[in-house]
Amino acid sequence: MKFKNIIDDLKKYFLIEIFKGLFLTFKYLFKKKVTINYPYEKGKLSPRFRGEHALRRYPNGEERCIACKLCEAICPAQAIKIEAEPREDGSRRTTRYDIDMTKCIYCGFCAEACPVDAIVEGPNFEFATETREELFYDKEKLLANGDRWEEQIALAQKIDSPYK
Amino acid sequence: MNFINDFGISVFGHSDFSYFIIIILKLLAIVLPLLISVAYLTLAERRVIGLMQLRKGPNVVGPFGLFQPFADALKLMSKETIIPREANKFLFLLAPMITFILALIAWAVIPFDENNVLADINVGILYLFAVSSLAVYGIIIAGWASNSKYAFLGALRSAAQMVSYEVSIGLIIITVLLCAGSLNLTDIVNAQKNVWFAIPLLPMFVMFFISVLAETNRAPFDLPEGESELVAGYFVEYSSMSFALFFLGEYANMILMSALTVTLFLGGWLPIIDVYPLNEVPGVIWFIIKIIFILFIFLWVRASTPRYRYDQLMRLGWKIFLPFSLIWVVLTAGFLVFFDILPKSI
Repeated sequence: MKFKNIIDDLKKYFLIEIFKGLFLTFKYLFKKKVTINYPYEKGKLSPRFRGEHALRRYPNGEERCIACKLCEAICPAQAIKIEAEPREDGSRRTTRYDIDMTKCIYCGFCAEACPVDAIVEGPNFEFATETREELFYDKEKLLANGDRWEEQIALAQKIDSPYK
Repeated sequence: MNFINDFGISVFGHSDFSYFIIIILKLLAIVLPLLISVAYLTLAERRVIGLMQLRKGPNVVGPFGLFQPFADALKLMSKETIIPREANKFLFLLAPMITFILALIAWAVIPFDENNVLADINVGILYLFAVSSLAVYGIIIAGWASNSKYAFLGALRSAAQMVSYEVSIGLIIITVLLCAGSLNLTDIVNAQKNVWFAIPLLPMFVMFFISVLAETNRAPFDLPEGESELVAGYFVEYSSMSFALFFLGEYANMILMSALTVTLFLGGWLPIIDVYPLNEVPGVIWFIIKIIFILFIFLWVRASTPRYRYDQLMRLGWKIFLPFSLIWVVLTAGFLVFFDILPKSI
């Protein structure tokens, strides 16, 4: 028997590695914890975070969407449904803009396809509902989202603009 | 009232009704704190393991999560008791009761302080050993009565494991008995007045603790309930309070085994050193502090070690612990005889 084997056996019988492990876990007992107390504390979100959809407006209150239907075309889940006709002042606007949030896969293609930055995915991820029907978003709901999250959306777009 | 008096005479040899009441009160004084400790042991386990894994553990229900055990208990009680159609109903319901009752009755002989023990019998350690060996029946019956392959495999593993480690536990207890010269737990503690047995019998102490881990089915020997291969082990089919009884029984067993370790090796209710401010502290407090220390090691080991493989577990029990403890019994006995320091009462 080699000398090294004897040392190894002794180490086993004196539980050296076990005690090392125990010492390590004991050190971890006093380390700073990584838990975030979720409803009270929240993690940091990237400006590119893809959350709940929103339709944005121009600063004068006019809605951005021009009903080009690029988002509808690119949507891989076919979650978007748009109908449009010219308005009284002659501009082209949507009459219907529905997103089925149960179909949406949050890929962000709609936001990337949009030529006027109208449809975006905002920072909100807490939009769970009690019924399925509530997740069929219509134009009204999306515009309301846009009004509610405009500040954060604008900031995120500004931060991310150099990389676009 | 006559009936109760007759009952008193036949059971306790006393006709006095108050004697009967006092016994009941004594039982409650042990069982209630025990059940509360079990509840808080589950919380402590989740907190300690959480902290060691850089998490916080349950901290939402009540201040610091202190009401979490009660929330859990309420949840379990409000659940439906499901009895599988193929199960043997009588045995299925009997098994959790056996586990739970055995975890409770063993406390009768544990001395909490000098002259503070429910039943001061002269074969206390044998009684404890017998009761803890019977615990395997609760598990085997549960696995058998469930009529489910996972429960059955879990029960088989558990039975094999408990039987294997009881052998070395028995030999280790013999070593302690040689040094103490009595089977009475109070006498065993008193024999440690000069030095706790954990110091001269350190290897035995470590082996006893590891065997206790195996005996109570705790990590790293928690094969019977290995989630990854057996779903939950012998109690897969149990729900609601019948599950809770297994759970309570398992944790009460942990506390019991810690109490046994403290009594045999860490000087029971004796203070750490017999000097003025320390020996004024009541013995019960010392006893509880030592139990908490051992329980912490239980949780600490669980947070640190991975689960043993089945053949490794058996190898450790039969090929290492058994010869080791046998050699130590012989060595200790030889040492005591050679230097003529056998305890007087033998």
